[in-house]
This record gives sequence, structure tokens and C-alpha cells, in this order.
Amino acid sequence: MTETTTFESAEQRISQLFLERVTLLNEEAPEFLRNNREQAMTLFRQLGIPSRKVENYKYTDLTKLFALENYNRAFRPTSFDFDMQEVFTCDVPEFDTHILFHVNGWYFEQNKTDLFPKGTIIKSLKRALKENTVLVEKYYGKLADGANDPMASLNGAFAQDGVFIYIPDHVVIEKPIQIINLLRSEEDLYVTQRNLVVVGKNAQIKLMFCDHTLAVHSYIANYLTELFLGEDAVADVYGIQNQHNGTAYFNGLFVHQDRNSQLITNTISLHGGITRNHLQVDLQGEHANASLFGLTLTDKDQHSDIFTSIVHGQPGCHSNQIYKNVLDDNSTGVFTGRIHVMPGAKKTEAYQRNNSVLMTKASKMNTKPQLVIDNDDVKCSHGATVGQINEEALFYLQTRGINEKEARLMLMFAFAHEVLTNIRVEQLRQSIDRLVNKRLRGEVSRCHDCKLECIR
Amino acid sequence: MLIIKDLHASVEGKEILRGINLTINAGEVHAIMGPNGSGKSTLANVLAGNTNYEVTKGEVTFNGKDLLSMTADVRAKEGLFLSFQYPVEIPGVSMINFLKTAVNESRKYHQLKELSAGDFLKVMREKKEMVQIDSQLTNRSVNEGFSGGEKKKNEIFQMAMLEPKLAILDETDSGLDIDALRIVANGVNLLKRPENATIVVTHYQRLLDYIVPDFVHVLYKGQIVKSAGKELVLELEEKGYDWIKKELGE
Repeated sequence: MTETTTFESAEQRISQLFLERVTLLNEEAPEFLRNNREQAMTLFRQLGIPSRKVENYKYTDLTKLFALENYNRAFRPTSFDFDMQEVFTCDVPEFDTHILFHVNGWYFEQNKTDLFPKGTIIKSLKRALKENTVLVEKYYGKLADGANDPMASLNGAFAQDGVFIYIPDHVVIEKPIQIINLLRSEEDLYVTQRNLVVVGKNAQIKLMFCDHTLAVHSYIANYLTELFLGEDAVADVYGIQNQHNGTAYFNGLFVHQDRNSQLITNTISLHGGITRNHLQVDLQGEHANASLFGLTLTDKDQHSDIFTSIVHGQPGCHSNQIYKNVLDDNSTGVFTGRIHVMPGAKKTEAYQRNNSVLMTKASKMNTKPQLVIDNDDVKCSHGATVGQINEEALFYLQTRGINEKEARLMLMFAFAHEVLTNIRVEQLRQSIDRLVNKRLRGEVSRCHDCKLECIR
Repeated sequence: MLIIKDLHASVEGKEILRGINLTINAGEVHAIMGPNGSGKSTLANVLAGNTNYEVTKGEVTFNGKDLLSMTADVRAKEGLFLSFQYPVEIPGVSMINFLKTAVNESRKYHQLKELSAGDFLKVMREKKEMVQIDSQLTNRSVNEGFSGGEKKKNEIFQMAMLEPKLAILDETDSGLDIDALRIVANGVNLLKRPENATIVVTHYQRLLDYIVPDFVHVLYKGQIVKSAGKELVLELEEKGYDWIKKELGE
């Protein structure tokens, strides 16, 4: 028997939890973080759990999820009695990366970081808060906490750990840094992870986030990454999300870009119960360039929500977005793409496209472009299509001896492929091609080659 | 090889084919001619298994098997090929992947070993030369951005790769200039075998100067109203379809 207290609302329960645990949350934390946490909690109390009434969450009502959950919180790192390499084998084989594991939001202390160039800092955020306090303070919370987003504020209120990456000016990290986030527990769990990545002037980094579940329990994962790109910096951020249907996953990526910096993101959502990706890019230096791509594959009762917000704050910046969804069974999807061209941001180019294929009558896609243009002399476009598989093409393939199932797969894959061509790491592109193919065939029900067979 | 008995078919409730009877033996070339709207393309599509058309009556046997009970892909694997009047563009599906899948699906069906990548490319090179298709085209997506002539050549190239027993060429001459027409016809003739048969569906006699038919049938209002040897082509050319209509007392 467990003792239960009845709360009037989920907000109240979370608020109470915060009060009870704030001392633990603030253990060893510098003052700025404590203040930050309080502010985030205050903001969350004002905003509340997103319901249909909140414009940015109109089609992703979270009140039910939070009303029903009373999951344990991963307030402390999970202790390990297993060999990480043995439990988890990445399905991107022979792919040479720097691997950094997180388990239940906590940075895995055995991660190897001795191979990075001098001046580079890669460590747990919790340690960085102690050891690099001044540096972290300069950046932490500067992008996400002002975002007025309830999930971001909830992340700020409960953030304890994640990864801190600092790449000094002019340093190029060739090998991709692969951040593998695992969820594994003996009970239902709510996880918070907070990452901070600072890429110096003319520095380069390739990040690859792989999000997985390794146990059958239900999860709520609230991940947030702040990324700062200095002048002429280049960052590739790839995300592969593959979690079971009992997972509600919130992933925030908040980016600040200085002059001439370049960002490419590619978010590949293969599997997950409720998935929300929130990408916010502030182009705050002239001629900065951001390309955002995404592919979401959903089936059964899965729900995916992609929210992007790009602010063109300076002249001559360029942004491009292509998001594609393939929806099967009863699955639902949302795309909200906001582009804001600020006064004075002349010669802005901003493009956006969302294409979806509905495989069944029961699947549903809501797509909503939002362009706010406070300036002349800009090139902006947006387009959205929701359609079905081309029946003529299907027949054509069949008349060549390809059976209907295979022909459908070929057409779905062809549709998805455009997004994947933008992955700039050849090996990774091939592997993701293969993964997407497998997923479309329904062969990724088991999380990769994981030895725990938690099909869910 | 192909026996069609009293075939009726309709689309969206409208009857287009009203009792087709036709027998085709191995080694024969049959031309099906007729004015617009007579049901030529419908017949080609019904035989290929297009589910937009509903067969309401009749039977078709193909090498002794019930053709109408097979799905389109099984018909293809059994050796039936339709060259489309309007080949479909399929962005994102590469020609190579498409053909390799098609060839190997058929091989699997006949319990043959799948072709290795190397063997497949070798076969493809040979067939490409045979039908004189531009070698760049096979590096692109299926029919995407192909000209009218390239699309038709691509149909014949696919036919060469799949080696069908019965090829149905639906208005293959439409949209072709004389040079492309010659190349396409030449390809068809090169692929001709004593054990195979061809149905040429066409509006004009032009293509039949190059692919010489053994039998010519005139389709009108969903029925074959006249059948004869290749001399019928010239007669039709001379007198037009009105002559047939007159003969029918219209």
C-alpha cells in the first residue's frame, strides 16, 4: 500500500513536490542556479500544465497525462550493476563517435572524455556548475527560461544534471559526439535532463542525440538543450528518437546564433508514445544560417508534435525548414512553424515546408504555419500538404511485379528520403536510411539490439 | 497463351467493355485499334489488374491460369507486362532500386536465386544497350523529369529487364517523334521470341509500320467488331473508322 495525498490539480502536486525537494535539487548548486530554479517554478505555476487553451499546445493536451501520473522522480543518479556497452548496442554500427551516456537524465560518470582537444570541456552539468561556475552562469537559462513555455520552465525548476559541452574558439571536433540518453528503471519514472552546449567562434561540432527506453515502465522525459553558436561556428545536431509507447517525451532545443554561424538540425522520430520537439532558434548575428529538418513516423495511438520558432533578429539571415510526417493507424501529428522577422532584419530569407502522408482514414495531421513579418525586403515562404500515397504510382510499381506492401513501403520511403539527404555525415545518413526503412517495415519494435526485450 | 471470353468491365458504374473475345497464341503480335473511347486502354488496364476497373462478367486465362483472380503484381510475375500510355513519375524511388526489386521479386516467385548487385548491374548494362536508353536515366528517380520519349523508352527498357511472356503496349507511339518511335519499335522487335506474344494498342497505323502485326482487331464501343490480318491496317488508314461504323449500320 502506498500513501496517497489528493491534490486539487497536477500543478499543485508538482508545486508541493518542488517545495519538498528543493533542498535536494539545490544540493551543491551555485546561487544563480537556485534563483533560476525559483524563477522557473514561479513561471510554471503561472503557466500551468498545457491544455488545449494554450495556443502552442492546442493539439497536444497534456492535462490528462499529468493528472494520471504520479511517477517517481529521478532525483538521484541511478546506480549501475551492469555494463553499459553490454546492455546497449547502438544500431548505427561501426560508426566512429565520442559516446556520452546518460541514464535517467544523469550524466554517466564513466564516460570517456580524455580524447578531446585542449581547452574543450565535456563533463556533467552538475560538475560544471561546481567547477566552471562562472562560465556556466554566463549561458545557463539565457535562452530557455525566457521562452514562456511550460515544459521549459518545468525543466528549469527540476534540472539537476545533463551534459555541459564547451568548445573553445577555432576548435573543430571532427568526430560526432553521440549523446545516448537511456531510460531504465524498476518503476514508472519522471526524468529531467538539462544540457548546455557552447560552441566558440569559428569552432565546429557535430552532436547526435539518441533517445531510448530500456525498460517497460512508463516514462515522462523532459529534456532541454541550450546551444550557443559563436561567430562563424558550425553545429550539426541530429536526433534519433526511439522510445516505447509508454513514453511521453519533451525535447527542447534552444539555439542562439551569432554572425555567420551555421546550424543544421535533423530530428528523426522513429517511435514514441507522446513526442514533442520544441525548437527555437534566435538568429542574432548577420548572415547566420539555420536549416531545420525532421522526419516523424507514427503508428498505433502515437502522437507527435513539432513546434519550431525562428527569430530573424538581424539582416541577411537565412532559415529553411522541411518537416515530414508519415502517419499510420490512429496516430496524430502536429506541426507548428513560427517565423518572426524582426524590424530591421533586411534581406531575410525564410522558408518552411511541412508535408504529411496519411496512411489511414483514422490518422490525423494538424499543420499550422505562423509567419510574422515586421519588415520589407524579405523572402519568406511556407507550404503544407497533407495527402495519401499516390495510387497511380502504387499501381505502376505493382505492374512491375512488386507486391502492394513492398510498393507502399517504397513510396513511403521515397517520401521520407528527402529529409534524410540533408544529413551531412555519410555513415550516419546511410544508417538512418536503414533505420527508417526498418521502421517503415515495422521492424523497430524492439529498441535496436538491446538485450532487454521490452516490447511495448 | 491468353484467352479472353466475354469480358465485361466498367468504371464508376459505366460499362466500357461489353463482351470481348480474343485468343492470343505464343509468337503472335496482335494490334488492337479503334477510335478514341472505344475501350482500348480499359482493356489493357483490366488485363494488367488495375482495380479502378471492375470486371462484371467473363473470364481470362493466361497460360492456363485464371488471370482475373491474380493481383497486379502476381500477373506481372506470371509474365504479363503493361507499357503505360502515361508512365508515372515516382520521385525518390531510384530506377536502380525499383528495377532490382522488381527483377528479384519475380525471381523469388519463380524460386530462382536473387541476382547479386554485380550481376544485376551487368544485366542492366546489356539491356540498356539493347534498347538504346540513355545511361544517365537509370541514375535518376523513376520517370522523374523524363521527356515523353524517355518515358516510353524507359517502358521498353523495363520490359527488356523483366522479359515478359505477354507484353501489352498501350499507345506506346503517343507523344513520340519518328526517331524515338523507331528506337522503341526496334526494342520491341529485338525482344520478340517465338514463345512470347505482344498486344499493340494503338490509335494510328504509324507504329504498325515498325511492329508488324499478325492480327488486327478493331475495338468499337467495347466490342471487337472486326478482326483480320495486317492488311486491315492499310484499309483503316485509307477509309478511317467511319467505314467500320458504316459497316455496323450506324
